[in-house]
Amino acid sequence: MSADPNIVLAAAGITKFFPGVRALGGVSIRVRRGRLLALLGENGAGKSTLMNILSGVFLPDEGTLYLDGRTVSFPNPSAALAAGIAIVFQELNLIPHLSVAENIFLGREPRTRFGLIDYPQLNAAAAAVLKRLALAVEPTALIADLRVGQQQLVEIARAVSVDARVLILDEPTSSLSAHEVDVLFSVITELKSRGVALIYITHKFDELAHVCDDVTIMRDGCVVGESLYADLTRDALVRLMAGREAKETFQKSPAVLGDELLRAEAICLPGAGAGRPFLVENISFALRRGEVLGIFGLVGAGRTELLETLFGLHAKRATGQLSLEGKPINFTSPAAALAAGLALAPEDRKRDGLVLPMSVAANASLASLERTLHAGFVSATRETAYITPYIERFRVKTPSLDQLIVNLSGGNQQKVILAKWLATGPKILLLDEPTRGIDVNAKREIYAFIDELARLGLGLIVVSSELSEILALADRVFVMCEGRQTAEFTRTDATPEKILAAAFPTKTASAA
Amino acid sequence: MSGSKFTFSFRKFQSLFALAIMVGALALLSDKFFTPDNSWNILRQISVNLCLSIGMTLVILSGGIDLSVGAILGLAGAVTAGLLKNGLALRGLEARLEFTVTGAIVAGIAVGGAAGWFNGFAITRFRLPPFVATLGMLSIARGLTMLWTGGFPVTSLGSTFGFLGTGAILGMPMPVWIMLALVGSFVVVTQRTRFGRHIYAVGGNERAARLTGLNVPRIKLAVYTLAGALAGVAGLIVTARLDSAQPNAGLGYELDSIAAVVIGGTSLSGGRGSIGGTVLGCLIIGVLNNGLFLLNVSPFWQQVIKGLVILVAVAIDKLNARGRES
Repeated sequence: MSADPNIVLAAAGITKFFPGVRALGGVSIRVRRGRLLALLGENGAGKSTLMNILSGVFLPDEGTLYLDGRTVSFPNPSAALAAGIAIVFQELNLIPHLSVAENIFLGREPRTRFGLIDYPQLNAAAAAVLKRLALAVEPTALIADLRVGQQQLVEIARAVSVDARVLILDEPTSSLSAHEVDVLFSVITELKSRGVALIYITHKFDELAHVCDDVTIMRDGCVVGESLYADLTRDALVRLMAGREAKETFQKSPAVLGDELLRAEAICLPGAGAGRPFLVENISFALRRGEVLGIFGLVGAGRTELLETLFGLHAKRATGQLSLEGKPINFTSPAAALAAGLALAPEDRKRDGLVLPMSVAANASLASLERTLHAGFVSATRETAYITPYIERFRVKTPSLDQLIVNLSGGNQQKVILAKWLATGPKILLLDEPTRGIDVNAKREIYAFIDELARLGLGLIVVSSELSEILALADRVFVMCEGRQTAEFTRTDATPEKILAAAFPTKTASAA
Repeated sequence: MSGSKFTFSFRKFQSLFALAIMVGALALLSDKFFTPDNSWNILRQISVNLCLSIGMTLVILSGGIDLSVGAILGLAGAVTAGLLKNGLALRGLEARLEFTVTGAIVAGIAVGGAAGWFNGFAITRFRLPPFVATLGMLSIARGLTMLWTGGFPVTSLGSTFGFLGTGAILGMPMPVWIMLALVGSFVVVTQRTRFGRHIYAVGGNERAARLTGLNVPRIKLAVYTLAGALAGVAGLIVTARLDSAQPNAGLGYELDSIAAVVIGGTSLSGGRGSIGGTVLGCLIIGVLNNGLFLLNVSPFWQQVIKGLVILVAVAIDKLNARGRES
């Protein structure tokens, strides 16, 4: 291997096969001391497989790993951890009913003389790590009581606390607020100054400028480009990732607004248990046919809860008035909301949106099964005939309709969810983080679909914590902060500065 | 690609292969095994477990478990037998309701369905874990059976009712007719109805099912009610075959039923599996029991071997699942 003493971890010629698929074909990467290597590529490019090999989850079929120039092999994750390689997976791997401190030091708990867990020391050590990440939670708080963003930071805290030599972060910011992202970046800078080598997987180019030194780009299981970050333009990056010229920006068509579809007045959702008294506090808005209403806010601002309330999920606790096309309505359940013409594409697709053991066809037809009946029975022929136009319309890439949904990429899964809802003939689509964890090309496709659906006369509400997404899609933007509506802008008025200013909590809460 | 297609179809039929190998081996080892008499015997023997297992498959597909089916079997059998024999004394009216055979059968199945409904009610209304709710029902149904019978068997139920267990039409025993009718119906229910699809959806991802507008509590309630009613049917078969309702009938049957469902490839985490698989699972257990008996293997060893078969079947299924997910 090369003699460069700054290379901490290197992989050479890594190949990995899964049944019927070559996930990686001879991939080589090098990670240097005190530098951050950004690993870019569309979903399915093989990034996660490579990280799983570096962290000992999978063994490669071919190829070698080098640590400090010496050949190593990690038969399991703890071997990789013992060698100083820590990873923060994209999906959270925390134990909900243990405390923050217990999670951070799981498997490495300090012991007393008698072999019992030394809780004072455990909590003190955890508090120190939390402080580094500026995370204001008690070490004794239960993970289950934390917001997703906070849980993500706990996961990062765990990786930071092992004093790893190589730290792998797989889309660490996907559920963090802007402020939390800033804190993470300062921690990354500190780690770099202490000589830690980092691998960073992301879909958000904007983040790279803050932390990135080197870039490796993957496509279809191979490395297609390596460069210093400073030498790369954004266009070149996208081109390399997509393998073809990709149009940079999405052009929204001008909105043609129709009649009022949905009016919400004084929607409130009291919090359950500790925390804010109201998760959603006195929200009012109107949505017209053909309109895309963007709701921006930090994680925890109550956006998801607002959508859930509209969709009838909190019927027992929520208060306020809703009217649909001028008629007052009351959604007592998701089924009632659906029957009235609403549909919700949830933020966490795997947890809330998809039935993973089912096929693409069965997922797509689940909400409109009554339309595929023949003499009262589900007919496979009718189901296929009914669902195929929607699958094709959203250009879902799948080998067949019988493919299990779990085998599709995130972008295609999201398209199946859109197809499922469109098949019910909805009037209003509620989209919660519609492009979370989706690659650049699929994202652009989803934007185009949202635009198209608005032109067809649907009313859409798009919730997002990506500012560029809201600015690209929304005819009207409304900003939420800590459950309240803090600002509303038309498309022409909306600027990143104004939106962000409204999204951050003011220091004196009473002033708001 | 062709390789993966082959392994896929192999996976689908592996329990069938396992069954074929067992049948082949037993036919070689014992000349009494592969005879028409013994074949009917096996089918008659598995009919009770299969009735229970159809319900158990629905419950497990929906992401739950039902530990009470054996106890409900006992209760339903005892209720039917008691009504046939003694009728129902109406306290205060100084009267006694006499039951026809049909009436008693309907009452037995209804009692099973009601016990199942109660399971579903406890699970959906009070959010009890299915394990706990049905564990409670196991004890309740056993206790009710004892109260109803006073702890003594109810015997001599008449030949009309006995036909259900010992009779035959066109040379096929009645329990086998019942079993085939139920298998046929529930294959259609699971594969071709909205309700069936919804069971898979609820077991595969309950949150997503709810957000898709499915009435999850109603689906679960229906599933547990059906499981209870099917346990009732199994109770009738057992009672009719013995011409007697034993107070401890069905003791431990829930475990054989779970074993059959699991051997048949249905995932205990829900959302994956089929009635067809469960039929194979029941056949494998039935053939194994019967074959080991014919080979004069000690009943104690039979239990050990049955346990090992369960472990191997599930281990193979897990290995396959790992290949599928990656």
